[in-house]
Amino acid sequence: MDKCKYDWPASGDRSLIGKRIKRIDGPAKASGRAKYTYDINRPGLLISKIFRSPYAHAKITAIDTSAAEKLPGVKTVKVILGVGKETNWVGDEIIALAAVSEDIANDALEKIKVEFEELPHLVWEENLEQAGSSAKKAGGKTDGDPEKAFSDPNVVISEGYYGIASITHCCLESHGNVAEWTGEKLLTYSSTQNVSGLPGQIGQALREQGETVSNNNIETICNYVGGGFGSKFSPDEWGIHVAQLAKTTGKPVKLMLDRNMEMEAAGARPSAYAQIKVSAQKDGTLVAWDSHSWGTGGPTGAGMPPLPYVFEIPNRNSQHTSVSTNTGPARAWRAPDHPQAAALTMCALEDMAAKLNMDPIEFFSKNADLAAGGRGKIYREELQKAAELSDWQKNWHSRGDKTPGHIKRGLGVSMHTWGGGGHNSTCLVSIHPDGSVETTLGSQDLGTGTRTVIAVVAAETLGLPVGAITVNIGDSKFPTSGPSGGSTTIGGVSASTRRASVDALDHLFAIVAPALGVPADQLVAVGGNIQAKGDASKHLSWKEACAKLQVKTIQAMGKNPDRNKCKLGDSGVGGVQIADVSVDTETGLVKINKVVAVQDCGLIIDLKTAESQVYGALIMGITYALFEERIMDQITGRMLNNNMEFYKLAGIGDIGELVVHMMTGPGYDERGTVGLGEPPVISPGAAISNAVANAIGVRVPTLPLTPEKVLAALEKGGVA
Amino acid sequence: MRKKKKELPPGGFSRRDFLKGASMAVSTGLLAAPGAGAATPEPSPGVLGPGAVPITLQINGKAHSLQVEPRVTLLDALRNQLDLTGAKKVCDRGVCGACTVIMDGHPVYACNVLAIEAEGHSIETIEGMGTAGDLHPVMAAFVEHDAQQCGFCTPGFVVACKAFLDKHPDPTREEVEHGLGGNLCRCGTYAGVREAVLEAAKTLKGGRANG
Repeated sequence: MDKCKYDWPASGDRSLIGKRIKRIDGPAKASGRAKYTYDINRPGLLISKIFRSPYAHAKITAIDTSAAEKLPGVKTVKVILGVGKETNWVGDEIIALAAVSEDIANDALEKIKVEFEELPHLVWEENLEQAGSSAKKAGGKTDGDPEKAFSDPNVVISEGYYGIASITHCCLESHGNVAEWTGEKLLTYSSTQNVSGLPGQIGQALREQGETVSNNNIETICNYVGGGFGSKFSPDEWGIHVAQLAKTTGKPVKLMLDRNMEMEAAGARPSAYAQIKVSAQKDGTLVAWDSHSWGTGGPTGAGMPPLPYVFEIPNRNSQHTSVSTNTGPARAWRAPDHPQAAALTMCALEDMAAKLNMDPIEFFSKNADLAAGGRGKIYREELQKAAELSDWQKNWHSRGDKTPGHIKRGLGVSMHTWGGGGHNSTCLVSIHPDGSVETTLGSQDLGTGTRTVIAVVAAETLGLPVGAITVNIGDSKFPTSGPSGGSTTIGGVSASTRRASVDALDHLFAIVAPALGVPADQLVAVGGNIQAKGDASKHLSWKEACAKLQVKTIQAMGKNPDRNKCKLGDSGVGGVQIADVSVDTETGLVKINKVVAVQDCGLIIDLKTAESQVYGALIMGITYALFEERIMDQITGRMLNNNMEFYKLAGIGDIGELVVHMMTGPGYDERGTVGLGEPPVISPGAAISNAVANAIGVRVPTLPLTPEKVLAALEKGGVA
Repeated sequence: MRKKKKELPPGGFSRRDFLKGASMAVSTGLLAAPGAGAATPEPSPGVLGPGAVPITLQINGKAHSLQVEPRVTLLDALRNQLDLTGAKKVCDRGVCGACTVIMDGHPVYACNVLAIEAEGHSIETIEGMGTAGDLHPVMAAFVEHDAQQCGFCTPGFVVACKAFLDKHPDPTREEVEHGLGGNLCRCGTYAGVREAVLEAAKTLKGGRANG
């Protein structure tokens, strides 16, 4: 096939792509100068607070806001949920208000009187029998003939109970918006993963509430966002309230969630529990799977994770029950449904391997061809690499560390998969006569390095240093780019930027070709020069070349997807992770010694920020494996740990040694870019749980692996 | 090193106790704070507020005069009145370290200090350490080792690292993990932070030796 001019440069021709490039907004962030939504101060700014339901399920019988309205400094009070309405979880919104300061807004909340009639609630879902009518069948699927397969007398069967608790997103920058009207125009500063998509959502919601505003009069700005992880795709109900309060008062209004509401109202990852039965032949060949899973995502329940995960076991039956609870609604959480699927599947399969007395690396390798998409060969390579980096041969032992003493060491493995194809994106590249270059697109950088990869792609294409590119993102008035979710951003923005940069450069070649006496199609941009292919003596510096534009700026638009141009990305990645832990059988404490991540993601644009994604995912995974859990109290219906004191995140001393290995080079680079943000966060829970089982000789059934649960498991067996 | 709790004046109390005490009953401890005498026209000695009182804060070597209610934290005063937004409001109860500033040489959580308590103390914020164009060596090390993702915990981490290195110029990895345990990150940047602190220690020592 002919090489397409938009295609990524061949490996020998890359000066930037695939290297470790420093984050271009690093200095702004490290110096505290990066302005987040939370940092926006506007003249005359009002602060909004929301009165929320203190009950998990209740009917509102009376509302009195008069004392709050009379409080000096309170500018407006708006009832959201009136008398007679029901609240469905602690934190459901009832009244919004705006005042001249946060303290006065809080004072006003205390003066609001709302009376409730309490109704029965359910906030626990792990015990399915207690869920009653809140538990509903929510789908399932059967392939092959599992019943017959399990009745085969020659197979070995392993059965167990597994689970993974609900956790919150706990973004460090809580959710929120600042809204400001100028006549008919609405400007919002929003902490969002969806800059281009927000104005449409805000417009529609406002019109549904009777406001007259058109989408073209709404602009959303978000230059920096303090964490999203899947929870910041919409303006949220509170984003609509601030726009209305701003209109009523004629002042800019800001609402950032308090920490307790960030934990309760702004997103959670659905839980998943399952009774699982697996069968295999004595040589380790997987034969059958049977799972009955359940979980909650709040009032609307939760769908089934992809079970069994990664391995398409020939005979399989997976049935799911969704439990509706009076808890804060779930939101997409980094790799939705996959960490749950991995925790359930990989723990059940590792127990199967233990029952067969097989090395799990050998067991997973043997069955790797059951992976969808013909990824068996890649998985085997990744398993081998991960085993090598964790000294598996030397450090792994069969179930239960038999060495004396109360510190037991173990290793565990898990595998995962993800899509990560590029989203829709448009990018405008401008080359100015003074030689400056801008890339402009309505995207956002969640900290994944989006800004940096845009700069790298444009710089590589134009033969310039990274610092020569100005990257404009974070404004909905810029050319549309998709939301940053599903690990789709890299594929979208790298392709649109590449195509726009190539076209812009073609324009420049056409303009400077006469001056160089070389046909435009014989020019290349390299090392800050425009020069003849194979004859560097015929060249102009970038600045000299751009000066030929006189007063005109070249502008070129690139988009993704673009069916008229060659593909620059792909979908479908995998990875293998191995955890090495030590467990104190006297205290139940689990200590991470080392975690190895081996991950593929096609062509890597910036190795430095790519590796950071994986390191971060490992740390986030250690957190939900060992510490993190939304603890609900069935008596009061409240979340008991709605703060960062008792909702535990890993600290810098909890992470052990982390080893990240990216699969790159021939066989990977040709695929172009594929998303990376989510896949590496999928496996840590299962890998760490398997390592603990390997150390202590007994399965701790559910995540997080708290000391209490470890000790409870040891009571039932194991090496202690 | 554990993050040092700021030294309260005799009879001083935490923000939570203060708020519980409904601000009217505040007694000698705060009155003893320098500058509090300017808080006229209060009816009796020993009482500040509940209305705004004038205070002067020494921040990054400059004096700033402002009016704050006694219940306003140093963090809110910095962010809302002085537009010094590098210190972030995250947990708002002295757990996560995103609001870390240096007071008289000690790292403190600015959400756990009242603005009126900070009067008379020397306060250094991230804005006083360097700029994007003129990075402090700790900031430069954070950039070099990509010790940041979303960046929301980063300024607090940078300030805590500087305060830590001031006391432990030649730390071991174990000391780093212990000394910086008071700062939390959600994106998971600790691997980079560990490297950044160790590198900054070398740079700073080199700088001192040369300077």
